Amino acid sequence: MSDLRRSARLLRVAAPAGVALVVLALWQLLVVAYDVPKYIVPSPLVVLHALVDDWALLTRSLAVTLRITLAAFALAVLAGTLVAFLFAQSRWLEASLFPYAVILQVTPIVAVAPLIIIWVRDTQAALVLCAVIVAIFPVISNTTLGLRSVDPGLLDLMRMYKASRWQILWRLRVPSAAPYFFAGLRISVGLALIGAVVAEFVAGTGAAGAGLAYQILQAGLQLNVPLLFAALIVLTLTGVGLFAAMVLLSNAVLRNWHESMLAPSNEE
Amino acid sequence: MIRAAPRAVVHLDRVTKTYASGTRALEPVSLTVAEGELVTLLGPSGCGKSTLLGIVAALTAPSTGAVRWWGEGPERIGAAGHRLAMVFQSATLMPWARVASNVCLPLDLVGMPRAEATRAVQEALARVGLAGFASSYPRELSGGMQMRASIARALVTEPDLLLMDEPFGALDEITRARLDAELLGLWAGRGTGKRLTIVFVTHSIYEAVYLSQRVVVLSARPGRVLGEVAVDEPYPRSDAFRVSQRFADRARAVQELLVEAAAGAAEAAGTDALR
Repeated sequence: MSDLRRSARLLRVAAPAGVALVVLALWQLLVVAYDVPKYIVPSPLVVLHALVDDWALLTRSLAVTLRITLAAFALAVLAGTLVAFLFAQSRWLEASLFPYAVILQVTPIVAVAPLIIIWVRDTQAALVLCAVIVAIFPVISNTTLGLRSVDPGLLDLMRMYKASRWQILWRLRVPSAAPYFFAGLRISVGLALIGAVVAEFVAGTGAAGAGLAYQILQAGLQLNVPLLFAALIVLTLTGVGLFAAMVLLSNAVLRNWHESMLAPSNEE
Repeated sequence: MIRAAPRAVVHLDRVTKTYASGTRALEPVSLTVAEGELVTLLGPSGCGKSTLLGIVAALTAPSTGAVRWWGEGPERIGAAGHRLAMVFQSATLMPWARVASNVCLPLDLVGMPRAEATRAVQEALARVGLAGFASSYPRELSGGMQMRASIARALVTEPDLLLMDEPFGALDEITRARLDAELLGLWAGRGTGKRLTIVFVTHSIYEAVYLSQRVVVLSARPGRVLGEVAVDEPYPRSDAFRVSQRFADRARAVQELLVEAAAGAAEAAGTDALR
């Protein structure tokens, strides 16, 4: 059983790694064979070179983007959870406000960002706000659903023992909502990063507070394609890292919660 | 019978239930359960048995009619001597909590001191044979063991009336028979010396006859009482009772009540069709 599980885990790591190696090798081969100029498609080795050369610049920019992402994510989780609690307490409130949460979700952030940047004087705050708007919806919708997804039998049991509204909330609704909440976090953290990058594209921060989006923009304008690729890689790995952190967090909290947690990646 | 009539634990007087959707779940039903009795409510699926039990549990208010618990209204339910407990169709355990915490829930809700609650939980688990599983999680237990944990949670408050809604319906026949036998032990006061009062809902004729002193047979929806079959077989009941002629006779009596009702319903439907 545990041998099987270990080999399954190995497969999950080894298989995608194998794909990456093959693709990288092919890429390198084709670029060299056809002598493609590096301002069109740089070879993986050239990108690696750029990554090393511009490491200081990239990490400095990453720190800026990451700070905005994490601030936005934290705010989205706080505000989203609060809204979900309010929704769960009153159907009436949910019915009146949920459509506006949906509007917030479906409006492209690129279209709203210029307005927010005009209204909010501080650029950093404006960027955070944009990212919050992108990231908050999964937290609201998942947590609301979770708080309502309570075993009706347990609810009857609570009522039978005359549990108060608070007791039902803390002992039943909050733990029931946990898996939904963490599923929401996984989506939200990625969206916070996307929101931070998109907002920076629109706002175009100055050199001092330049994030990864600014570097990508600049590299593109200067046809410094290797740097562009390097920035993209940093950005992608950051997104994967954030997602993985959320998976680890949710597995740690929900370890004993449910069968679905025993083999999380088999079902997804 | 010379001995004094035991006190009525719950008394239903012409209780009906019509849901907001217009569905009539219960025709007037009258029922009295005396202290120390083990009564089963038997009927086909969807006959309103669970609705009836919900009314007895004071979870659902009847549309018309009156319910009295120990001669009083629902206000005193939960006070000493007026405690209700319920076991549902599924174990309804909190999957995130260990067995001991699950069993402790009713005590936590009333704020019982930790030491006292822990002792009560240990006793309840021992009574259902789960003493060694206090720190397991529900998903680590088999279906039958989960149901035992659910029963322990009901017993932990020392209920004066225990309601059971098809508790073993989802289990296999063999496990069900064993749990039925264990339930009789608990009812007779194993571990406490005090006999329980139990209202047990089931759709199994065999389970009803094996368990109870009387079987109240309900019709298909809207539910009404078709009749009662007394099972005046002494306790403790052995497995031999299950295969005895006396058992078969009682099961047939129950079956006949159901068949008569079905025939009556078919006839009524036929008349409607002719009209």
